[in-house]
Amino acid sequence: MSQVEVMNGNRAAGIAACLARPDVIAAYPITPQSSVVEFISRMIAEDKLDAKICEVESEHSAMSVLEGASLAGGRTFSATSSQGLALMYEPYFRASTLRLPIVMAIANREMISPQTLWASAQDSLSVRDAGWMQFYVEDNQEILDTLLQAFRIAEDSRVLLPINVCYDGFYLSHMSERVVVPDPEEVDAFLPDGYHPQHILLDPDRPMAVDPLTNGDLLTEYRAKHLAAQQAALEVIEQVDAKFSAAFGRSWDGAVEAYRIDGDCEAVVVTLGSMTGAGREAVDRMRESGASVGLLKLRVVRPFPAKEVRELLRGIPAVGVVDRNVSFGWDTGIIYQEVSSALYGVQGTARVPMIAGLGGQDITVEMFEDALRTLLERGRAGSACSPEFPETIWLSQDGEEETR
Amino acid sequence: MRSQYIVPIGPDGIYEIKTGTWRTADPRIDEDACIRCGICLMHCPVGAVTREGERFTINLDYCKGCGICAHECPKGAITMEGRDTA
Repeated sequence: MSQVEVMNGNRAAGIAACLARPDVIAAYPITPQSSVVEFISRMIAEDKLDAKICEVESEHSAMSVLEGASLAGGRTFSATSSQGLALMYEPYFRASTLRLPIVMAIANREMISPQTLWASAQDSLSVRDAGWMQFYVEDNQEILDTLLQAFRIAEDSRVLLPINVCYDGFYLSHMSERVVVPDPEEVDAFLPDGYHPQHILLDPDRPMAVDPLTNGDLLTEYRAKHLAAQQAALEVIEQVDAKFSAAFGRSWDGAVEAYRIDGDCEAVVVTLGSMTGAGREAVDRMRESGASVGLLKLRVVRPFPAKEVRELLRGIPAVGVVDRNVSFGWDTGIIYQEVSSALYGVQGTARVPMIAGLGGQDITVEMFEDALRTLLERGRAGSACSPEFPETIWLSQDGEEETR
Repeated sequence: MRSQYIVPIGPDGIYEIKTGTWRTADPRIDEDACIRCGICLMHCPVGAVTREGERFTINLDYCKGCGICAHECPKGAITMEGRDTA
């Protein structure tokens, strides 16, 4: 029987990792992730989880340990944030290019400087092109459920890629809410029994040279196969979500969730992570007052569900992307650029970059209402008010939208 | 598609890179001067020198032509014969 418990996001991540029965866990403490691994460590100390936890001197070592464990055929888990992820950069790349299905939770935190602890997906989005899959989730239930899905997606023979499940630091990592914890036997039935690699394995009976010096022509071939695996993952993500839904009664709509988007929709906000809840509330309030607005929650950033995003947003007069991060050099947020690429060549849709909530500031329902009102105006004004490179709107809590 | 694998691995060991194509000078061993000491074998950075019975031979598929063997030979029994330089 599943149980309902009140818990914060880090505990939900820790419970999910334990339910997946990993063989090896390695992590280095960093705020706001630390309590994930503290929880797992306690579970192992109390003999509630049969796994090895490796104390390491840095995140670089944490990821390197997991690569060794994964190469030896172990199911592996880690968690990190911000500067810890940055220190992991070199082995982070190797994990994906060696096609090791490591699962790592990321409690999103701004990158310094300035010195900061609070939420922003700046850390993980900055490494979105390192070959990992990246999920961004909205609440603590979704953390738990997505981590369980993550092992199955990553280890699928059509995919074989490492995966991040990212959630906003403090908003989810340290906030408590109701979470349904599935029964271990149900999880065992959902998740394949262990990880059994055929493509790469440190096996004395079948020796192979791992990662030898590789010429450009072969490297190109491995890159092409890696890109194809990312694309194949889009279908696997949908299939795993459907199987998860059948097993546990909860679906997360695969890579993208369309909330109240219909044929009459005049404006849509695109959201990522914990801000989505406030966005839904704003959409509901505006709908009550007669406005035709909707929300698109981007759950998966890598692989980018470009076709799905394009089809859902095609024909919407105005689309705003709310980014809790920046793309230095583009003068917008990162997700705005991703969504814009997906919408390339689509006529009649005004696109508006919006930035809000940097450094863990609240993104409120009222801010989303302001954003939606601005979008309605832009959409009604038509092409005259939709330049090719619109200026970013910086949403703020005092209701003043500004371009800076 | 050249590789049956999706990751950089190989069951036969390192991929074959014929470094001999880099060579601009060919080593020649003077069999009469050679005292069979094996110093050339120990110093060759690419392992191109092998011992065959009483003789030492150099595998020209892998010899890069660096000349270290010629430099180290205590009897001056190895010479580098340039191809491009007069």
